Amino acid sequence: MIKKIYLLIALLIIPLKAFALIEVDITRGNLNPLPLAVSPLSIDDKSKKSFEKILKKENIGSEISIVVENNLRTSGLFNPLSKDAFLQAPDIANLKPRFEDWNLIKAQALITGKVTYVDEKLRVEFRLWDILAGKEMMALAFTTVPNNWRRVGHIISDKVYERLTGEKGYFDTRIIYVAEEGPKTQRIKKLAIMDQDGANNKFLTLGNELVLTPRFNPTSQMVAYLSYFKNLPRVYLLDIETGTQEVVGDFPGMTFAPRFSPNGKKIIMSFAKDGKSDIYTMDLENRIVERITNHPSIDTSPSYSPDGKYIAFNSDRSGYQQIYTMKNNGSDVKRISFGNGIYGTPVWSPRGDLIAFTKLHKGKFYIGVMRTDGSGERLLTENFYQEAPSWSPNGRVLIFYRETKTNAKGEGFSAKLWSIDLTGYNERLVETLTDASDPSWSSLLSN
Amino acid sequence: MNRSIIISSVLHGTLIFITAMSLPFLAKKPLNIPPIVSVELIQISEKTSVPFAPKAKKIIEKVKEKEKKLVSEQAPPKKVKKTKTKTVVSLDQNNEKIENQTPESIPLPEKNVKKIETKKENKQNPDKVDDEVKQVSEFEKKNLFDPNNIAALIDKSKIDSAEVAKKNDDITQDQDSNIGNKGLTLSEEDALKAQIFGCWSIPLGLPYNENLLVRIKLRLEPDGSVVKTEILDHARMNKPGEGFYKVLAESALRAVKLCQPLRVPSTGYERWKELQLNFDAREMLEG
Repeated sequence: MIKKIYLLIALLIIPLKAFALIEVDITRGNLNPLPLAVSPLSIDDKSKKSFEKILKKENIGSEISIVVENNLRTSGLFNPLSKDAFLQAPDIANLKPRFEDWNLIKAQALITGKVTYVDEKLRVEFRLWDILAGKEMMALAFTTVPNNWRRVGHIISDKVYERLTGEKGYFDTRIIYVAEEGPKTQRIKKLAIMDQDGANNKFLTLGNELVLTPRFNPTSQMVAYLSYFKNLPRVYLLDIETGTQEVVGDFPGMTFAPRFSPNGKKIIMSFAKDGKSDIYTMDLENRIVERITNHPSIDTSPSYSPDGKYIAFNSDRSGYQQIYTMKNNGSDVKRISFGNGIYGTPVWSPRGDLIAFTKLHKGKFYIGVMRTDGSGERLLTENFYQEAPSWSPNGRVLIFYRETKTNAKGEGFSAKLWSIDLTGYNERLVETLTDASDPSWSSLLSN
Repeated sequence: MNRSIIISSVLHGTLIFITAMSLPFLAKKPLNIPPIVSVELIQISEKTSVPFAPKAKKIIEKVKEKEKKLVSEQAPPKKVKKTKTKTVVSLDQNNEKIENQTPESIPLPEKNVKKIETKKENKQNPDKVDDEVKQVSEFEKKNLFDPNNIAALIDKSKIDSAEVAKKNDDITQDQDSNIGNKGLTLSEEDALKAQIFGCWSIPLGLPYNENLLVRIKLRLEPDGSVVKTEILDHARMNKPGEGFYKVLAESALRAVKLCQPLRVPSTGYERWKELQLNFDAREMLEG
């Protein structure tokens, strides 16, 4: 019996000793952007000439690669290496890159590709290579009309971003904003739209009426915005593709802060009457209006959670303006912001995990994020005046606008769009033709 | 008259004497300046054939015994010894380089062992013992600055080194007896971690609230180069909906490849020839 017990113990101990492996926990790494090389897309002479005629671009292959490079650089997650250091020609690199050469310039990933002119169309093949593993990670081809070449660059960027970070990209998107011109007291405000990288800027209204808070429909190219009609703010809908505009309902009071529901079928907005303001939704198909809050305070800036089950909004029911959440029928109202200062413009992240907000504390404006229960508040940026954050479709980047202080003479005022990463790093000015405010990010144009 | 002059002068004299005696510079004890022996020390240390003092000898013998014990404990003994000596040789060649890379690592026990061995060789000619040293009595030895004590001092350095060797041997003994269940020492682990921290570009797009832990098993060469990598949950790599895991795993593999050769301890290859790295980005992503 004792022998058996010894044997059992021995059997238990011996394998433990033999198989226990030394484990080392790696819990830190560097946050430096990943170095990668974007080789210009190769192009044959015949296609080159054809595209030169159509697009007036000397080498469309390298133009597309520049779009990709800029996108990846502005994301802050990648560091595209200088093309001067490349040792391999684009046409050869596309077939079989010499990994040692790319390793030498410290690239960890490589993008190569080929552009051809096929049946009056632009055909792009591209490949993503893992330099250290020495293998191909992805290969895709697209065919489109030549004028769409910038979008091809954006789609390539999205695919690369998704393959290397694990989440969807946000490059093939557009931003709608309010373009502002003129002195501060007499601003002309027009609705404008551009690609997320600032290209293809277009004005959508003439500027004879004041426009505010444009918001994209997450499922289509429809925009809801606020415009003044007979000195009363009204919510309008604009179809970007067709250019048609319409007023959302005819209410006796003011309607403002419109936003779409995640399925794009409803609009949620505030409606002010008799010195108080409540939140309403309107079904866009049958125009039925539903009241969500009924409180003698000012409830405004509603924003749906991505699953449509909850609504975040701000209210002054506690005395100061704070952020609250509730179920989509108006029940279960909870205050979630408890920090010092005034909170406003809550926007639910498309990922669902965070709520972005503007905070005013001791005369400074902050853009921040908090979890949906109000915990983990993080302030990403601080400035003299900034507000209206809007999420990129992947919930990774926020775009907002920032105004500068005017001097005693009222000069020096400007309003610009800025973007910032969730981490609080990578704050960037988004170039626009004019001054700009109230940005709203579209969802991905291609899925 | 004379009497009073005498009394007065005696009293004055006493006063002057008392005053003089109470002056601070007189009360000071003469400085106890230690004789300068360092010069002598250097001269002697330059001589290569300095015999061991009996105390050091004893310690070295002890160390030697322990070494033997250690070797005999290990299985198979020959192989271990061989690899050890091998490492010593390669170490001496790349000594500076490796030391620069791992400034925090514990002094290498092999080095000391080797030192002792060379000293032992010197000791093989006990007849050559200097007369000076021969005359050293136990009493004289106790005197700190006795020239004979220089030998003792040298011995002391030897004792120290022997003690270090002993300590290190203890460590190796521990390590060796714990092969497989104790892991690397803190400094060894830190050196490796620090190296990989620098190589690992964390994919910042990963969600911080998901269970993302990538475990990679490595097989290593004695120089730290990676022979084989294996992702332990590789089934997760190609599962739909596990895109983040795949991205993290690939980034971890890139880090390992980029870091090659890994900063592994110079000893105990058997211990770490297989290593598991657990890549966990949550701490970083949570910010």
